[in-house]
Amino acid sequence: MIPTHRWLAAVAATAFVSSAVPASAQGVVNVYCSVQVEWCTLAAAEFQKVSGIKVSMTQKGSGETIAQLKAEAQNPKGDVWFGGTGDPHLQAAEENLTEVYKSPKLAELHPWAVKQNTDSGGKTVGIYAGALGYGFNTELLAKKKAAAPACWADLLKPEFKGEIQMANPNSSGTAYVAIATLVQLMGEEKAFDYLKKLHQNINAYTRSGTAPMKAVARGETSVSISFVHDGVTEALAGFPVKTATPCEGTGYEIGSMSIVKGARNLANAKKFYDWALTPEAQKLEAQAKQFQVPSNKATPVPPEAPKFADMKLIDYDQAKYGKSSERKRLIQRWDTEVGNLPKP
Amino acid sequence: MNGRAALLWSLAGLLGAMALPWYALQEGLGTGAWLSGLWSSEDYADGVAQMAVHGRWWLAPVFAALLWCLVIAVLPLKAERRGMLLAGGAAAGIVLFGLQAFAVGLRGWTAGWLVALFGEMEQHQVGIGAGATLVLTALLSLLAIGLALRGAFGGDGFVAGAMTAVTASILLFTAWPILHILAQAFQNGDGAWQPLLAVQRLAEAKIWSLRCLWGGGGCGVFWNTLVLALCCGIGSTALGLAFALIATRTDFRFKKTLRVLTVLPIITPPFVIGLALILVFGRSGLVNQFLDWGFGVASTRWIYGFPGVFLAQLFAFTPVAFLVLIGVVEGVSPTLEEASQTLRANRWDTFVTVSLPLMRPGLANAFLVGFIESIADFGNPIVLGGDFGVLSTEIYFAVVGAQLDYGRAAALALVLLSLALGAFFLQRLVVGTRSYATISGKGDSGLPTPLPKAARRAAQWVALPWAGFTMILYGFVFVGGFVKIWGRDYTPTLGHYAKAFAIERTPEGLIWSGAAWNSFWTTVELAAIAAPITAGLGLLAAWLMVRQRFAGRGALEFATMLSFAVPGTVIGVAYVFAFNVPPLEITGTAMIIVLCFVFRNMTVGLRAGMAAMSQIDRSLDEASATLRGRAPQTLFYVVMPLLRPAIVGALVYGFVRAVTTVSAVVFLVTAEYDLATTYIILRVINGDYGLAIAYSCALIVLMLAAIVLIQLLVGSRRLGRRAPLIQGVRA
Repeated sequence: MIPTHRWLAAVAATAFVSSAVPASAQGVVNVYCSVQVEWCTLAAAEFQKVSGIKVSMTQKGSGETIAQLKAEAQNPKGDVWFGGTGDPHLQAAEENLTEVYKSPKLAELHPWAVKQNTDSGGKTVGIYAGALGYGFNTELLAKKKAAAPACWADLLKPEFKGEIQMANPNSSGTAYVAIATLVQLMGEEKAFDYLKKLHQNINAYTRSGTAPMKAVARGETSVSISFVHDGVTEALAGFPVKTATPCEGTGYEIGSMSIVKGARNLANAKKFYDWALTPEAQKLEAQAKQFQVPSNKATPVPPEAPKFADMKLIDYDQAKYGKSSERKRLIQRWDTEVGNLPKP
Repeated sequence: MNGRAALLWSLAGLLGAMALPWYALQEGLGTGAWLSGLWSSEDYADGVAQMAVHGRWWLAPVFAALLWCLVIAVLPLKAERRGMLLAGGAAAGIVLFGLQAFAVGLRGWTAGWLVALFGEMEQHQVGIGAGATLVLTALLSLLAIGLALRGAFGGDGFVAGAMTAVTASILLFTAWPILHILAQAFQNGDGAWQPLLAVQRLAEAKIWSLRCLWGGGGCGVFWNTLVLALCCGIGSTALGLAFALIATRTDFRFKKTLRVLTVLPIITPPFVIGLALILVFGRSGLVNQFLDWGFGVASTRWIYGFPGVFLAQLFAFTPVAFLVLIGVVEGVSPTLEEASQTLRANRWDTFVTVSLPLMRPGLANAFLVGFIESIADFGNPIVLGGDFGVLSTEIYFAVVGAQLDYGRAAALALVLLSLALGAFFLQRLVVGTRSYATISGKGDSGLPTPLPKAARRAAQWVALPWAGFTMILYGFVFVGGFVKIWGRDYTPTLGHYAKAFAIERTPEGLIWSGAAWNSFWTTVELAAIAAPITAGLGLLAAWLMVRQRFAGRGALEFATMLSFAVPGTVIGVAYVFAFNVPPLEITGTAMIIVLCFVFRNMTVGLRAGMAAMSQIDRSLDEASATLRGRAPQTLFYVVMPLLRPAIVGALVYGFVRAVTTVSAVVFLVTAEYDLATTYIILRVINGDYGLAIAYSCALIVLMLAAIVLIQLLVGSRRLGRRAPLIQGVRA
């Protein structure tokens, strides 16, 4: 019977050795980071330098982060959720996954960032904003001899037949912002009429929100409906991409930050939160080649960033359109009336 | 005599209860700080002290069960009676252990009805630690010993122990987390049971719609997935068979190259093939540019959707089919083929009526693996799918998309699992209960028949263009790491490699300053730990399932398929749900990543092992038994050497999949344990293709080295067949 011992003893030994849980010493903050990885790394290093608190940074998309927060809700492992588009932050607030915190820095922020805080009952705050618009491939448009789209109405032109990509709102927050923007701009009925007409020119509703802009960069489609700062990143990487914001007006996302409910390092989390709202912290964004508009009024806006002053922004109602019930209703309507239409 | 093992394990269990901290320690066991607080400190106390001093009375029944086993082990009893009492005591102990672990959690009682029954609980408990683990292991061993003493498993302790270990680990790390998350299909967002909700979720038109057949619009994701998986399963099996036949039965000159080529796609990080296909066949890709330039054919986007996904999956999964098939094709005994020819069958008839049917378990297993890989694949549909949705992408976005609906994800996962179940039964039906044993103890079995001309030509016509195509694609990928912007600016540069893998020489020694080193070494370490466990467990399970008869074999076999067939995202979330809270709180450790690798990938080792073992004649086992070889000896000295191709396959696959997995580990990586693939994916999201490609190429080189090493360590099997007339067939 000796082999039985040997086999099970090996199992026991493995379990024994690995049952140790990693140390969580004093002076740590666990950050779930949903902005670009360069920005995350810079922010972690810089905060560690100024505060002496060790930053343990995990980078994940905003959808993945909220999924993780939900799965970990019984026994949270993260302290701060930094960045990522505003809707999931509002959703986390609604599902009670995040903590109320009024930072002393709130007074220094742009009104849209503070509004995000009040809308969520103090559970999240804006750290940057980015406008919705179009990306287009200049080479492909030149080949087609088509003018660059400048307004929502332009997208319905016959020369863009099969040339436009947008994401599928079932899976992408970007696409939902686009639909909510149109609804606020035109009224719901007219907006859905517009989307039905737009459907004739769409070649694919991609699953991911950033995919259309990448397709534009690589010449796989001529025009995309995307956040314009994503286009700046592609253009800087060397692709023939330009962006525009619609002349009728457009919506925007508010990149947000929240403190996780039940955070184990609450005091450090608050320190990180306050720091992330200072101009010193927000300057890192431009260093990481990201071009959203920072939320602290005193942060210098990088010259490459699409300027909010040059755009016609609508008064985007985050409180109404950030709600799960409203989102569900609009997406359902889009699904039955637009998404299910036969391909032209 | 028959009580010695039981005595030892009872003592080990008591040691666990009295000399080790019962709960997990924040800082680990290494510091030794717990030694002084073993009785007094609430954090460090052992199990008995927790019960006696710290008021955790619910541990008492578990220790009672251990003591019972100790008494039974010492008393002079007949083997059978001792076995029965032992097994009963140990089983009761395990059940009691589980009950208390799940009933008392971080905040006292874990369920409302427990509070109602016992009143509020002041105490709480954290995740189990070294002491509790040892006690549980001891109880499991005692159960196995008891069952063996009673005469189960042929009275063999080794078989009983292996059986218990395999079953317990599969239940704990596969069945439990997955069933746990699937149950959410029947719950609303707050966790209340609403079975009608599942019906509603399952009946959705988006899953079942057949409108693409008439009236236009898209078809439901179920049909998309099914058609794709069928095509992929058939296609990859056919291609894999063609490659396997060329590699074993022809005098084709470049076999070595061919083997490397067939392995390449399997060791490629997931999104690379998809991107390369876009750059070749996409609208602005090479082929379309050329057609446009040469013939004025307008560029189209045909690659997006079914054709692109199908092509990419064929690339990715043909090698898996090849790995499953090669051992089987090699193993088909020439004796029967010679007999057929002696009976005046020509080569073609022999091939169709003798060789092919003998390969049936291999073909069925290859199809099953291809089918299931296809339905679980996430990387290719997301890159190339465009509008074409499949279940895995739909599930992913139900979890992380704008919906954040675990219930829907679970319902979709149920649909996906039923597909897997269907394929599984189909495979069993095809293989049936016939015998395919062609490796027996008899020495010489003749010469392998060369392939009939028609079959050889067909195999070459299918396989060689495919191989050429692979080479072009990989050449293209390889170039991508050395140019400024892949697909756009082809100025040569070494910058990407320098950024990822720079090593600086300083006075203090070498500094690994490249951005990729950290995740690279973590990946190598964890994959190297996971691979042997994956292969060992998979093959052990295969041996148990093929050679041992026991109740619940089919259920166990299917349980191993669970984690393989469920998409990675679901596994990841399931692991977080199950292992983020006591009793097994292991999120944030390297252990959970290794476990995820092991239980997700052991299925291939299992399938390859089962296919290979069904070829080995039982008479060999019996011969060993007649010579008084016990089960472990038979396994190690008779079966294992004959299984070498399957062992290599399982080890290679275990390692490679650990290095290339993405979706399952996204939720499990931490700042401390970052992995290569998550790093690469983040680069791709950033549009930093050069660095991603450079890193991927480095990983490909790493995995090739690992494969060569594994091949050298395990060695190849010698079947005692005469060297065939054609040279080089043994390659």
